[in-house]
Amino acid sequence: MTLSTTGSRPRPLKPFARRLADAAEPWLYTAPVLVLIIAVMLVPLILGLSYAFRDIQLLNPFSGGFVGLDHFRELSQDTAFYRALRNTLWWTGASVFLQFFFGLILALLLDKPFAGRGLAQALVFLPWAVPTFLAGLNWAWMFNPVIGPLPHWMVSLGIMSAPNNILADPHLAMWGPIIANVWWGIPFFAITLLAALQAIPRDLYEAAAIDGANPLQRFTSITLPFLAPTIAITVLLRTVWIANFADLIIVMTNGGPADRTQIVASYIFTQAFKRLDFGYASAIALVLLVLLLAYSMVIVVIRQRLIEKD
Amino acid sequence: MSILLTIAHRLAILAYVVFALFPLYWLLKVSVTPNDLLYSEGVRMWPSHATLEHYRYVLENSAFPIFFRNSLIVAGSTALVVTLISSLSGYALSRFTFRGKYAVVALMLITQMFPLVMLVAPIFKMLSPLGLTNSLMGLIIVYTAFNVPFATFLMQSFFDGIPRDLEDSAMIDGASRFTAFRQIILPLTLPGIAATLGFVFTAAWSELLFALMLISGNDSATFPVGLLTFVSKFSVDFGQMMAAGVMALVPACLFFLLIQRYLVQGLTAGAVKG
Repeated sequence: MTLSTTGSRPRPLKPFARRLADAAEPWLYTAPVLVLIIAVMLVPLILGLSYAFRDIQLLNPFSGGFVGLDHFRELSQDTAFYRALRNTLWWTGASVFLQFFFGLILALLLDKPFAGRGLAQALVFLPWAVPTFLAGLNWAWMFNPVIGPLPHWMVSLGIMSAPNNILADPHLAMWGPIIANVWWGIPFFAITLLAALQAIPRDLYEAAAIDGANPLQRFTSITLPFLAPTIAITVLLRTVWIANFADLIIVMTNGGPADRTQIVASYIFTQAFKRLDFGYASAIALVLLVLLLAYSMVIVVIRQRLIEKD
Repeated sequence: MSILLTIAHRLAILAYVVFALFPLYWLLKVSVTPNDLLYSEGVRMWPSHATLEHYRYVLENSAFPIFFRNSLIVAGSTALVVTLISSLSGYALSRFTFRGKYAVVALMLITQMFPLVMLVAPIFKMLSPLGLTNSLMGLIIVYTAFNVPFATFLMQSFFDGIPRDLEDSAMIDGASRFTAFRQIILPLTLPGIAATLGFVFTAAWSELLFALMLISGNDSATFPVGLLTFVSKFSVDFGQMMAAGVMALVPACLFFLLIQRYLVQGLTAGAVKG
């Protein structure tokens, strides 16, 4: 419509100023975001990397000199760090597996239309909106025999012999933050998986049903292959995210009892926040970063291999 | 058989709903239980008489109204600023092809990969000479930066869902790109804008570690910091703590209920496209 009027005119060459403005346009749109990311994330990241090789103690005005690899030497002998590393594996593995498992079931349940689905969906996703510090406190209270029902229920069910707080029991304490994390994180998996489920063309199922495929066959040959890319990427991202997620632990147990729930991320925070030893904290953070990058690389390579095989 | 399946399906949904809501219900229950019944009626589902005494006490005699106000300022400003600037950058990523675009995307992806806890120490060191520790402004800046990459990708996916022809024809009619963006594209993205506002508000309302590190003292404490201080100081007054907890819950839940129907929609659109 309007094209004909502009198209008939010979196009003048754009003047230099005009071309400059065109080239600058995307950068004008992205500038505020880029400035913020660089100033508040990239610069501190680089500073933090340098702290790992320096002696930075907040309360010591004479600190700040380079110490080379001293922090890493100290770290290699730090038994609390190795324990935190083992705890991180346990915390991350159990949380991701349980969140994914229950999230997938929930997504499959919500994928079927039924009366009241909108309401049910809003209610089951609600834990995700609960601020994490509050989720932590809330679960710590639930496990508290004085005001919480859980210890008493576990006694009635015969799981425990006396209504004790599992958060104070060195052998069971990690289950407290893990359960809170599962409660809080199921909705994330359910939302992403539900979105992926709803993107599967419905006629595939109809065609399979006509061909005589039973529900289990339809699940393994249609649903799972369609979900696989989403599952791979969400599990990868969540694993990294949960390994770094210290809020629940700091709120519920603060790493205790006897460091049994200390994960690497909460250990870093404790070093920075309580001991104000920024250098050592940054050295641990650097090790954690390297480990997480290595993990991501391995997953990406495995995924690539699997794709190439197909 | 199919009736049995239907019943099993509804029961499973019910189990999830109960699991999701029970801890929150318990929070509410203890917050309205009078102190003298707290221990004697420990595992009862509802106290024999309820009271709002704890709420009154928290509102009148504690610093929680200040914490609440601080959190509202921080989370509200963060949500507004993030949505504003990430709608610009999301639009740029959606509509322009330019040299350096991949570098921009890569930069944003990197920020999503590394542990934010790494930044606790350096950010403290950077902000303290600027007088931005112990200030709400400092928190707003930090939270804005943290939330901007994800919000940009989110807004980009919403813009991708809107046909280019709309602004192309407006621009051929003589509108500048920015005018077309403001007057045609943005109004169409309102659901996306609402979702982004909700996401960022909830994230900023919940943030704990940086608030703990950067804020000391009651005047600029946000709700998480205030509640944790309260818990470690007065750890016996469960009724009051839980009343404060319920108050911290309300704004986040309201926001969530407003946006939750866009969550699956938005992600579905993204999944179909990708």
